[in-house]
Amino acid sequence: MSDATLSMDTRAAGTGAQGRPVAFRGGGFAPRPRRWVGVVVFVLLILIAEWGTRAGWISALTLPKPSDVFGTFQELYASGMLFKHLGPSLARLAVGALIGVSVGVSVGVLIGLFSYIRAGMVPLVAALFPIPKIALLPLFVIWFGIGEGSKYALIAFGTFTPTVVATYGAVDNVDRTLIRMGQSFGLSWWSIVRKIVLPGAMPGILSGLRISLAIAIILLVAAEMLGAEFGIGAYILQAGSLYDLERLFAGVVILSLLGVIVSGAIGMIERRVLGWRT
Amino acid sequence: MDIRLDGISHSYDDFKVMEDITLDIPAGRIVCIVGPSGCGKSTLLRFIGGLERPEAGTVRQIGEPPAGCLNPLTYIFQDFALLPWRSVEGNISLVLEDHGIKGPRAREIIGDVLARTKLTDFARALPKQLSGGMKQRVAIARALAVNPAVMLMDEPLSALDSQTRELLMDDLISLWARQPFTAVYVTHNLAEAVRLGHRIVVLSRRPGRIQEIVEIDKPLEARQFGDADLDAKQKYLWQLMRDEARAADAELLNV
Repeated sequence: MSDATLSMDTRAAGTGAQGRPVAFRGGGFAPRPRRWVGVVVFVLLILIAEWGTRAGWISALTLPKPSDVFGTFQELYASGMLFKHLGPSLARLAVGALIGVSVGVSVGVLIGLFSYIRAGMVPLVAALFPIPKIALLPLFVIWFGIGEGSKYALIAFGTFTPTVVATYGAVDNVDRTLIRMGQSFGLSWWSIVRKIVLPGAMPGILSGLRISLAIAIILLVAAEMLGAEFGIGAYILQAGSLYDLERLFAGVVILSLLGVIVSGAIGMIERRVLGWRT
Repeated sequence: MDIRLDGISHSYDDFKVMEDITLDIPAGRIVCIVGPSGCGKSTLLRFIGGLERPEAGTVRQIGEPPAGCLNPLTYIFQDFALLPWRSVEGNISLVLEDHGIKGPRAREIIGDVLARTKLTDFARALPKQLSGGMKQRVAIARALAVNPAVMLMDEPLSALDSQTRELLMDDLISLWARQPFTAVYVTHNLAEAVRLGHRIVVLSRRPGRIQEIVEIDKPLEARQFGDADLDAKQKYLWQLMRDEARAADAELLNV
């Protein structure tokens, strides 16, 4: 109030009749999509690497020439070996992640709904989570054989724990008033789970899926360390043991691309399924 | 169908929130429950609808719900409780699906309740596209769809601005005029209580007891915004509550 009288006084005195525009200090803190920036960063990094390796201030032992890596990649494609490696890898990824994620979501929902299961399973999951799954590979080989079984098991186990944690957190966050509403209209338990709890937990489950699937790709390489003739992981490990950096990088690029595609796919699912979010 | 509350008492831990509430809710009337904050109004409503159990006392329904009634005791919540991932008609169909009502029969019911709440044009909208008043009308339409014997309204207009509240009160009155329903209406807003209530139950502060029951005989349709006799009733109610409300406000919250 005193401010108002103050400004009136200054106006009456005739000083600064125009006044000063109020400085803008809002805005920011709201990231918006800028699609091309990501591409520019990639292209820039590759160009710098290419320039450095050509000019010689990056030695050939430090980093292979991006153009050579691209050449190797083309060779791989032309010889048909790309799909020979990619096929089994994608199959392992799909089967392993599918098992891990579906068991993980089911267990997560059960933990979210039942006190006894929560009390019993949460410490167990906490104990399993920090185990480096790669360390268990020999065990899985004994349990599931050297063939595809152990590879599926490793990837499934690796995706299971983060999925469980994300899912039960998401179920905990479902708006309780909506559940109360379902009960007040006499909906059956199963209806409440199916029509209220699961859709309500979907945002959390999907963001957990991003992490789980990235872990699945990491574990793919580990799974192919033992007894795999074909597969991206096998290809990378083979190249690595020969210090064939071009092939190593070609393999790594494939894994990166796989990660980008998976993340993009989840983004698309989110936009489709979670359009209701404000 | 009538509802009878008999000696309802309740406490959380050893903290008495409600004591010996005995009350009749006759069919076809709107009973408003008012009281200072923390007197257990909403808890009482949850007892009536069976969402919570009182420590002592019983809630009984007298007589059978009318034929075609899918969910005799139906709530309307303060925060609407609409599923954000379902459209307006999806939200209404939700409460029909469990009764096996699908297809043309469901469409008929949904069309009818949307028309009664003037929402026909918004059938496919998502809740995030609707204003607060519209959302509450969807919730009312959903409640009407199950043909309730008693509507349990928990501060249904409290999340809305005052103009929307006036509009919705008019809507509720015209709905009641068309087809009288039984309702228990919990509110802290005395203006709403005198506009909508046939009977107003004033609760004391914690532990909640019935302090007085005020009857208003003037028919709902005849009540208007700013009626002198309603204002007098409202003033009287406020006098009853004022000291209690002040004392309740100064209390430490232990809940």
